[in-house]
Amino acid sequence: MKKLINEFAKGIIRENPTFVLVLGLCPTLAVSVAVSNGIGMGVAATFVLLGSNVIISLIKNIVPARIRIPCFIVVIATFVTITELFMKAYSPALNRALGIYVPLIVVNCIVLGRAEAYAQKQSVLNSFFDGLGMGLGFTLALILISGIREFLGTGKLMGFVLFKSFEPAFIFAMPSGALLVIGLLLGFFNMVKNRKT
Amino acid sequence: MSDKFIVSPSPHIHNRESTAKIMWTVVLSLLPAGIAGIVIFGQSALAVILTCVIAAVAAEWFLQLLTKRKVTVSDGSALLTGLLLAYNMPANVPLWLPVVGAFFSIAIGKQVFGGLGQNIFNPALVGRAFLMASWPKYMTTFTKPFSYDAVTSATPLAAIKEGRLLEHISYLDLFSGNRGGCIGEVCIAALLLGALILFWKKYISWHIPVTYIVTTGIFTYAFAGKALFSGDWLLHVLSGGLILGAFFMATDYVTSPLTRKGQVIFGLGCGLLTAVIRIWGGYPEGASYAILMMNAATPIIDRYTKNKIYGTK
Repeated sequence: MKKLINEFAKGIIRENPTFVLVLGLCPTLAVSVAVSNGIGMGVAATFVLLGSNVIISLIKNIVPARIRIPCFIVVIATFVTITELFMKAYSPALNRALGIYVPLIVVNCIVLGRAEAYAQKQSVLNSFFDGLGMGLGFTLALILISGIREFLGTGKLMGFVLFKSFEPAFIFAMPSGALLVIGLLLGFFNMVKNRKT
Repeated sequence: MSDKFIVSPSPHIHNRESTAKIMWTVVLSLLPAGIAGIVIFGQSALAVILTCVIAAVAAEWFLQLLTKRKVTVSDGSALLTGLLLAYNMPANVPLWLPVVGAFFSIAIGKQVFGGLGQNIFNPALVGRAFLMASWPKYMTTFTKPFSYDAVTSATPLAAIKEGRLLEHISYLDLFSGNRGGCIGEVCIAALLLGALILFWKKYISWHIPVTYIVTTGIFTYAFAGKALFSGDWLLHVLSGGLILGAFFMATDYVTSPLTRKGQVIFGLGCGLLTAVIRIWGGYPEGASYAILMMNAATPIIDRYTKNKIYGTK
């Protein structure tokens, strides 16, 4: 049980997919304009990660090693399609906001990275908790980045105006602002990590 | 006696120049343009300049204390950054704008890279680009010269961009600074006076500024007019931030190439980009972005224009 908790917890801080593994930056940069988008993207990616980790762990012994990547992609694409159809049915606004980045979860390096580096070698239960932890870590990172960007770029948080007199800096709502925020956060987390050791 | 015996590889010739001395001389050479800006735009220009300089120096001091590095405020580089940033702003901006811009210049433009000498981009221009992208409303609202009560007017370049005719602006107005624009860029006469000081002290060479200005002139002459080779090149050379940028910002030691050949390429690139942005780009003025882009190209230019060591192939 303790090991499972460890598998779950490592994705949140110690091996955070965005700030430590630096994977999946494309959706991170693109959708982190507003917190609601960040949460939507995080939850969608977590669902895909969870499903693909479990299935890939289940089929790891019957998939020939040489064609494992196409097999993994088929599994991942299935879950992405499920997610996209669900999103279109129940939250069309979010689907419109995330746009092309929902189908692009198929090629999100976090999902394939975990399948390749973890799920194809580990038991189903371990993979389940790994997927959950990584997904949560990704979601939290997205919330952090999109929170900073939404507040500085539009003066709002979750769509609510916080301070009336605050004049938003448009640059944070633009792609350059995303690179700026992620770069500074990466530097900050590296600094914290180096200070510890 | 023995510890004064220094063994070192060549070059053995020393002179008395130091970073601090050069920086303070550049600050001095920028003063005429600043005074001209204050005369033209009134005390709001003075307020912007002072706020910018104080904020830049305070930011440098604060960040170096925070990161436990040696505080190098006295070398004047932060002051120079603040001054240049102020020269790149309109006179009637709210005063928190220069504070934010100066902090961004020093923090993101300079200190994250490791301080003076390590920065890739000219810090003042990083600050300007940040403010331009964040609060374009303030950064492109210019006051009319000699009105002192915040009557807005477009810069000559903005007027050209919108396709309006320039009403009663002569080359003399442009040269003396009787036009809308940023605080430090309007008075060409004062800028040239400052540039003369730098040439006389041999702190800058002709390579970057002359190739920069000539290239911009040629390209605007060729393409800015209604027909080919009918552009008003003198207007383009005299307006916008071209003169300020060419003499004081493109020549920044840290972010421009080291060799003469590299500097000529750098100047050509700046001139070409400035002209392209002005003629076909979305912004009326492109000098600051042109210099930033060429700053990014500087390491590559340096690599391909390295001086050959004598005797090698």
